[in-house]
Amino acid sequence: MSNIGTDRVKRGMAEMQKGGVIMDVVNAEQAKIAEEAGAVAVMALERVPSDIRAAGGVARMADLSIVEEVLNAVSIPVMAKARIGHIVEARVLESMGVDYLDESEVLTPADEVFHLNKKDYTVPFVCGCRDLGEAARRIGEGASMLRTKGEPGTGNIVEAVRHMREVQGQVRRLVGMSYDEIMTFAKELGAPYEVLVGIKENGRLPVVNFAAGGIATPADAALMMELGADGVFVGSGIFKSDDPAKYAKAIVEATTHYQDYELIAKVSKGIGSAMKGIEIGTIAPEQRMQDRGW
Amino acid sequence: MTKIGVLGLQGAVREHVRSIEACGAEALIVKKKEQLAEIDGLILPGGESTTMRRLINQYDFFEPLQQFGERGKPIFGTCAGLILLATEIVGQDNAHLQLMNMKVERNAFGRQKDSFEAKLHITGVAEDFQAVFIRAPFIVDVGNQVEVLARHNDAIVAAREGHYLCSAFHPELTEDDRLTQYFVNMVEESKKELAS
Repeated sequence: MSNIGTDRVKRGMAEMQKGGVIMDVVNAEQAKIAEEAGAVAVMALERVPSDIRAAGGVARMADLSIVEEVLNAVSIPVMAKARIGHIVEARVLESMGVDYLDESEVLTPADEVFHLNKKDYTVPFVCGCRDLGEAARRIGEGASMLRTKGEPGTGNIVEAVRHMREVQGQVRRLVGMSYDEIMTFAKELGAPYEVLVGIKENGRLPVVNFAAGGIATPADAALMMELGADGVFVGSGIFKSDDPAKYAKAIVEATTHYQDYELIAKVSKGIGSAMKGIEIGTIAPEQRMQDRGW
Repeated sequence: MTKIGVLGLQGAVREHVRSIEACGAEALIVKKKEQLAEIDGLILPGGESTTMRRLINQYDFFEPLQQFGERGKPIFGTCAGLILLATEIVGQDNAHLQLMNMKVERNAFGRQKDSFEAKLHITGVAEDFQAVFIRAPFIVDVGNQVEVLARHNDAIVAAREGHYLCSAFHPELTEDDRLTQYFVNMVEESKKELAS
């Protein structure tokens, strides 16, 4: 007798990724560079977030031939993104054997009211969050892994920092609360009460929480680890830099040894320029990806 | 007190630390090779074996880890850790630490959607061990000195060769600490032997 798709199997998969870097890739060649550099997984995309931002229009699930090409190219896990609420994109990616799905605000949402019921799937899901309320709602829907949203494709770390601090701070507040305060906190956050009680009792989120959305340099990656991330997603940061292979390795090293500053100094030298960033204030409100999701 | 290290380069480190402490031993997260001198036994945790191997090379852990084993200090590899211990890996020219005489296959049960939980009989440990398999490898073949401890269907999923122990599943992801306890006992015995 064996059971597939249990919570332990789905959440456990994310536990194995801890301390690692998950890299966005758009073809087999980039996937191999990522694997060679020590990525723990790759995210197969048609375009990295900064190109999605530049292209405009509707961003959908990637061309499936790209997903297939990446699945065949590497032995590390392959993730892919489905639009928020798009049941069929998620099912199709699951049927192809993708190892982890990202119900992602980087793509144009398919549903502006409801997220996927992620408990229905055998494949585990990662979802974005900006605060504990959003984190707890996604856990309530069955997400097996979280990532802070940041502001994808900007190369600007400020939003990722804001969201990580917010989630960590609210978890600390919750852990210090007495039980009679939790229901009102749940009401304020719009969070499921039972999820909050679980977090209070365990002293931490029940799933792994990575940082994402704006990580552009080795020091950025180390900063997010310092702030309590379990690992990092790097999207546009690697393949929009001058020398992706070197850059990818440097980010992996800085993530592993995020408190070894001499080492971070060493790996940050001679790796070329980071991607050009975007000041958050210059992004029109309707172009802010982090506001997608409810 | 018996002190057991967990290689802390990447993967499920915290869970092993919890399990070691629940078994009454002291746990140390090993991030630098110098720390190997402080411990009586070592766990190679689950994670991504390719990633861990790159980090092992980058931080000059490779030879110190082999020497640790060759000095008779016990090592327990879970999932990716099992792959690191094997002498041969199906479809790859090079294996990693090559401390346990066995041939293993990576992702042998399939991709993540095929990951599963199952009850196992583990010789000398438990009749009903709830085992969590995540993109797990299995052992295809073992040398004469290797004792098979558990099988799932026909695949070998736990084994021991002297002071080396391995499992294709993740004992650290459940509250059942009996396999970790078995390893802690191995470490305590070896500590006595190495001292005498």
